[in-house]
Amino acid sequence: MEKDDLTEIMSQHPFLAGLQDEHMKTVIGCASNVRFVEGAHIIHEGQIANKFFMIRTGRVALEIGVPGREALRIQTVGPGEILGWSWLISPYRWHFSGITVLETRAIALDGECLRNKCEKDPVFGYEMLKRLSQVMERRLEATRLQLLDLYGMADSGVRP
Amino acid sequence: MTRRAQAVHTAVHDPMMTHPVGIRRIIWENDDTFTLTLDMNSWAEPFEFHPGQFNMVYVYGMGEAAISISSDPARTGTIDHTIHRVGSLTTALAHKKRGDVIGIRGPYGSMWPIDVAHKKDVCIVSGGIGLAPLRPVLYTILKNRDDYGRIIILYGGRSPLDLLYRVELEKWANDFNVEVLVTVDRGDSSWKGHIGVVTALFSYIKLDTRATVAYVCGPEIMMRYTIDELERRGLSQDQIYLSMERNMKCAVGFCGHCQMGPTFICKEGPVYPLPRVRPLLERKEL
Repeated sequence: MEKDDLTEIMSQHPFLAGLQDEHMKTVIGCASNVRFVEGAHIIHEGQIANKFFMIRTGRVALEIGVPGREALRIQTVGPGEILGWSWLISPYRWHFSGITVLETRAIALDGECLRNKCEKDPVFGYEMLKRLSQVMERRLEATRLQLLDLYGMADSGVRP
Repeated sequence: MTRRAQAVHTAVHDPMMTHPVGIRRIIWENDDTFTLTLDMNSWAEPFEFHPGQFNMVYVYGMGEAAISISSDPARTGTIDHTIHRVGSLTTALAHKKRGDVIGIRGPYGSMWPIDVAHKKDVCIVSGGIGLAPLRPVLYTILKNRDDYGRIIILYGGRSPLDLLYRVELEKWANDFNVEVLVTVDRGDSSWKGHIGVVTALFSYIKLDTRATVAYVCGPEIMMRYTIDELERRGLSQDQIYLSMERNMKCAVGFCGHCQMGPTFICKEGPVYPLPRVRPLLERKEL
């Protein structure tokens, strides 16, 4: 894929919306276009987290392995969302596995490459951290709601 | 035409008088939710209701509960109530059989203001059994599909097996060009849909903020987060309507059981324009 095409694709992704040109170039230097068939394991719980993904199309399920039973699917991520922030946080290991439930196209970003650029350019690093923090905040909020088991509560109905 | 949820008074008899009706059919939607189809031909006059209204459903010798009407308002002769089995009364209803008689009084409460959505996009956000009071809205607007723009349903459930009206959701998507996005809190490997809370589905749609009307119904916490999400995306409060739930007893504003601040939900609600209840939503002990 041509660099210009990649720039256009990436600038359309909500995660990078409004990113200044200089920083966009920095990100593109760590990016590649990827496609996964349905059922592909794209990240593995416990393994080194050296990438993260900006999902363009498709859907990825996040799973946690449970001994003696089928893995628990706890969330899906889809178009316009990102998958993974473990590349930024030591010890850089995935806490979940990610499996595509639909054919998925994404931009893969090299975590180590981005980390190094964040270290060298604190302004860029802060920009990345702000964007990731927003994603993390939204996911935390969603997780808290999910933990409430809203629909299983006795008063969950609108008139019982 | 007013933008407020419209209070309607269609109960034609003594509002405290219960009338016997027979159960024509029982459909189990999932393990703990079922739909009763009631024969209303014994009613003195044709039974009419508006989307969003509810009946007091009576189990003789036991008591009654407020339950939304979930059927097509244009259908005559029968009505549906979709009921979540959560307590002794709803469990007693769950044990009823075809031909058994229960009591009904109603309909009560305000309606979803469908007229304000004319020529606009409609965004329906619901969770769990919250889809039941909104189903009459869908029946109504889909009869005049061309009078509306996009119709979007964002629906969240506990698990794939807990989802209501799956066949109809598919039919609405395929036959009426309705954008249906469904998510569950927990799914297994056979579930190819979304997993997560219903508010996460907003990531996948783009709303025309000036020409969208949102109808929201579900657990109150879900509705609060949904309102935040709708406002974050640019909808103003007067474009948002929601259905509130409190413990209703008399259904006509006498007893005060369903009081929420200055309003009685049974009488002025359950459907409210958001500005009417916004200040009350996050207030403790209401």
